[in-house]
Amino acid sequence: MNKTLNNKAWFMVLPVLVLVAFSAVIPLMTVVNYSVQDTFGSNVFFWAGTEWFQEILASDRFWAAMGRNLVFSAIILAIEVPLGIFIALNMPRKGWGVPVCLVLMALPLLIPFNVVGTIWQVFGRIDIGLLGHTLAELGVNYNYVNNPVHAWVTIILMDVWHWTSLVVLLCYAGLVSIPDAYYQAAKIDGASRWAVFRYIQLPKMHRVLLIAILLRFMDSFMIYTEPFVLTGGGPGNTTTFLSIDLVKLAIGEFNLGEAAAMSIIYFLIILVMSWVFYTVMTNYGTERR
Amino acid sequence: MARIDLDNIRHAYMANPAGDEDYALKKVHHTFVDGGAYALLGPSGCGKTTLLNIISGLLRPSEGQILFDTRDVTGLPTEARNIAQVFQFPVVYDTMTVYDNLAFPLRNRGVPEGVVDKRVREIIAMIGLEERARRKAQGLTADEKQKISLGRGLARADVNAILFDEPLTVIDPHMKWELRTQLKELHRRFGYTMVYVTHDQTEALTFADNVVVMYEGEIVQIGTPEELFERPSHTFVGYFIGSPGMNLLPASVDGATVRIGSQSLTLPGRAGALGSDRIELGIRPEFVQLGREGMPISITKVEDIGRKKIVRAELEGETIAAVIDEDTEVPAEPHVVFDPAHLNLYANSWRVDLEGAA
Repeated sequence: MNKTLNNKAWFMVLPVLVLVAFSAVIPLMTVVNYSVQDTFGSNVFFWAGTEWFQEILASDRFWAAMGRNLVFSAIILAIEVPLGIFIALNMPRKGWGVPVCLVLMALPLLIPFNVVGTIWQVFGRIDIGLLGHTLAELGVNYNYVNNPVHAWVTIILMDVWHWTSLVVLLCYAGLVSIPDAYYQAAKIDGASRWAVFRYIQLPKMHRVLLIAILLRFMDSFMIYTEPFVLTGGGPGNTTTFLSIDLVKLAIGEFNLGEAAAMSIIYFLIILVMSWVFYTVMTNYGTERR
Repeated sequence: MARIDLDNIRHAYMANPAGDEDYALKKVHHTFVDGGAYALLGPSGCGKTTLLNIISGLLRPSEGQILFDTRDVTGLPTEARNIAQVFQFPVVYDTMTVYDNLAFPLRNRGVPEGVVDKRVREIIAMIGLEERARRKAQGLTADEKQKISLGRGLARADVNAILFDEPLTVIDPHMKWELRTQLKELHRRFGYTMVYVTHDQTEALTFADNVVVMYEGEIVQIGTPEELFERPSHTFVGYFIGSPGMNLLPASVDGATVRIGSQSLTLPGRAGALGSDRIELGIRPEFVQLGREGMPISITKVEDIGRKKIVRAELEGETIAAVIDEDTEVPAEPHVVFDPAHLNLYANSWRVDLEGAA
């Protein structure tokens, strides 16, 4: 069969191209522009080449923030994925409990990020917060403002509260798509609860689960609003993630060149990581056919 | 292998069934003989899958008992009943190899690995999947997957019965024959008690020695394919079995004489007092002879189905069908004669036994 060539079709794509150019490509190019120049203000720029990139890659501050990001994402995934699966497995499959559970699960996802930060900031306060005050009454010396461990625990709790629902909902969608016959066959084969999970539920969930992991990884790696509202990156720099550091650099210190270089490095890291996840995901699927 | 007794089973899906119409299964009292091949035949929603799930223990009947070889298993869960079931859509464990799929029910029951290996090799040979043994079950064709489902059931040597729930629905037509032949072969060689649910009469009639016809939650007839064809005990059986189904004509009866409109016929025997029951005369299209003598009909349509022709016609205002050989001429003034030996009389849809008939 001959393919009909019709170059007018390109005009159909043009509006999207223009939109993407203005919303993504041109701003990104501006950042590239800043990253290779230096300025002392007054719109005077000097060519700096790769200096900013070298500086960023050699700075302890960048690698410390990067390390915190990786540790944070690892902890988040290690808690939210198993917890999400566990909750999804225990949610009702039919009856009035289904809509109730789904709405309860979806609620945290509907709250704006900065509101989540504010909720937990108040929640954790020793004087008026339910959590902070209760812990203080119980004799726990809890203070997320000046104790790094407490700050981390609070941020992790907040993220688990905010985002486990996403994993739950995706897993639940995977679970309800399993036909009853599978469970009946498993009963007939005398399979244990664990075997049902391992050989029926997990294989049927693996696709949605990988999407959940990918989304949670990207989101947690880019986390900004909630810790910014809760701790502002402190105490000290202990909760300063890459995104918070970037904002400090760009707006706090007005170090545009360095911030631009950091943005590009940050962007490339997320791009590469997502690509790796995506490749692993697709290969995982095809390998088994 | 076991004999399966269904002792006055009733089942309703709702909590407090009020009348008969609330029951998905109205009253089933039947014995599946050890080593028999049975087909449960009926239209969708007639309760055949419900009955199958009650036997396998996936459902607990609202009333009645199930006995396997005189042992009451009504309260036993599926895994304790030791039965095998093959479902409509093939169920395989995707991430396991074909070999592991077949070994799964044995390993779950703690059978030593040496015994498992020996048994699985036997089964793989039996279902003809030797070359696929080490492949992942995912990506096999539907009929191969269905063979695995069957094989998992056969793996346990002491299985009480094998239940099939419309197992050939998703199989390609040319594979259906092959699989059905294999099933019959397995039945002959190993003598499993098999219960086969289907809504396809060809499948039921070719697979089973005994066909159980179900209609609206009741068993309407149990018999060999021949009995179902020649002496349907309910008008539904007459209509459901055969293609086209049995002709049913409203009639009135007096002794051995039956009248359809202005025509009268002689029955092979006398009917008892039927009172005000709704009377119908049934005759298979195969036993309607077309010729120049008998009752006049007007032909509406002739369908050529290859070696046979189906003649659709009107007799005394009622539509009837006749099956004739392809080379039989349709006369200009057509008449029909009903073969008296194959007349069946129905009162309120149930067959009436005729006194003095052979």
